[in-house]
Amino acid sequence: MFGFKKTVKQETETGVIEARMGTSKIVVQNLDKTYSSKKGDITAIQGADAEILENEFVCIVGPSGCGKSTLLRILAGLDEATAGSILIDDHPISGPGADRGMVFQSYTLFPWLTVEENIRFGLEVKKMPKAQADEIVERYLDIIDLKAFRKSYSKELSGGMKQRVAIARALANSPKVLLMDEPFGALDAQTKSQMQLLMREIWQVEKPTVVFITHDIEEAVFLSSRVYVMSVRPSRMVADIPILLSYKRDLSLKEQPEFLKYRHRITELLNLQADGTPA
Amino acid sequence: MKSLFKIRTKIDWKIYNAVAIAVFVGVLAVWTILSESGLVSSIFLPSPGKVFTYFINVFSSGSIWGDIGISSYRIFMGFLIAVIIGVPLGILAGTFHFAEALIQPFTEFIRYMPVPAFVPLIMVWCGIGETAKIAVIFMGTLFQLIPMIADTVRAVPEDLLSAAYTLGAGRKTVIRRVILPAIAPRTMDTLRMMLGWAWTYLTVSELVAANSGLGYNILKAQRFLKTDSIFGGILIIGILGLLCDRLFVLANKKIFPWAEGGK
Repeated sequence: MFGFKKTVKQETETGVIEARMGTSKIVVQNLDKTYSSKKGDITAIQGADAEILENEFVCIVGPSGCGKSTLLRILAGLDEATAGSILIDDHPISGPGADRGMVFQSYTLFPWLTVEENIRFGLEVKKMPKAQADEIVERYLDIIDLKAFRKSYSKELSGGMKQRVAIARALANSPKVLLMDEPFGALDAQTKSQMQLLMREIWQVEKPTVVFITHDIEEAVFLSSRVYVMSVRPSRMVADIPILLSYKRDLSLKEQPEFLKYRHRITELLNLQADGTPA
Repeated sequence: MKSLFKIRTKIDWKIYNAVAIAVFVGVLAVWTILSESGLVSSIFLPSPGKVFTYFINVFSSGSIWGDIGISSYRIFMGFLIAVIIGVPLGILAGTFHFAEALIQPFTEFIRYMPVPAFVPLIMVWCGIGETAKIAVIFMGTLFQLIPMIADTVRAVPEDLLSAAYTLGAGRKTVIRRVILPAIAPRTMDTLRMMLGWAWTYLTVSELVAANSGLGYNILKAQRFLKTDSIFGGILIIGILGLLCDRLFVLANKKIFPWAEGGK
């Protein structure tokens, strides 16, 4: 099918640091999702379109209760769209699979497995030879800096540690796409900032394609190369904002005027949503 | 005083133990006073001393071991068969909605039928041999076990299954490598509670039709109005039950170090 190239027009006032041009990885077209409930049908998503490029870090923000988590679950294959199409590498989705790793807001480490066994889970499922799996597990233990905790069980870890392992577990599987559903939503502010730095670092080293759901605008701008803004239910994409900030990012960036400009713009878009005024 | 009644707040373990022991001592004291003072006839309430003498006698003569042995055998067999059949059925009912429809409503229906009422029927079906006692224990525990295991399966967080799917696991892998390990500790805990029920049904079956076992011993003692033996028999069953229970708790902690409360 089609694998067209997409060039992003440059916003001169912010200065383009990242020239982003690439193959589209995920193409969402005219997606609808309707739930039936006792009170009748609820349309969570209506006519959502999105295009996510290879190696791109995309954040999706939206008012709470909009269909952003639903969209992610559909991408993961955990939920089915009512209509419309999603193509990943030009292929439609049929159920969940190892090519789309996911990190959840709730802690989903398997409590009966140690940290290293958790990271190894996906590799064992695909029956990777032990030596090769060992190498990958070591590498990710190193990346998330939890070598000292390799034999620990989930109950012995803090929330931030659990999410680090969850990220490593998903990435160890080398998925085409990493889906993240408000993974830092339950963490305290301090840990959250550290996790954002780590996530950004991991992305720069591993270059996965990331779709990251959050309701934290600051987090979205800090992490991503592009932010999609979703409307209230029935949700669709109302804006697609390239974040043209420096490639190397540290926490001081959050105080910079160009960062605040993005933050302000997205906040306004979201406020418009909350008012019910069409954007 | 107020510090002892804070909701869900642990108290000093010394106080905890002291209170627990005091209850035992207190009951024993009331028992001693009532029986030794002659306020209650010894036919109704034998003195603790007499019950103690009974213990010494049965254990020193060794006559009780045969009864303990045969009763334990019945419990073990009845319980084992119930577990072998009930746990898989419970897992199926908790995992697949179709299996739930097949298994659970019917199970719930039987669950409310009093098992002792089945004893005469079981005697007609199985005679009064070992099979009958094992069948009573089996019936008593199986239909309680199935819905409890099914609920344990349903309590496994959905996100844990979703995580496994997104790591490439298929249906079989999810059952084998997520659901089974996830339910293991609570399943063991359920079995521990079921074992308590098993002891009850053992006694029921032995009181009705048996010529051996701890329950039969109690029945025999009743015929001769040997209340000290009745007391002793009940106490032995209680102590054996408690022992099994503690063993289960210990084993659980050792086998599942990852579970909350595990070591």
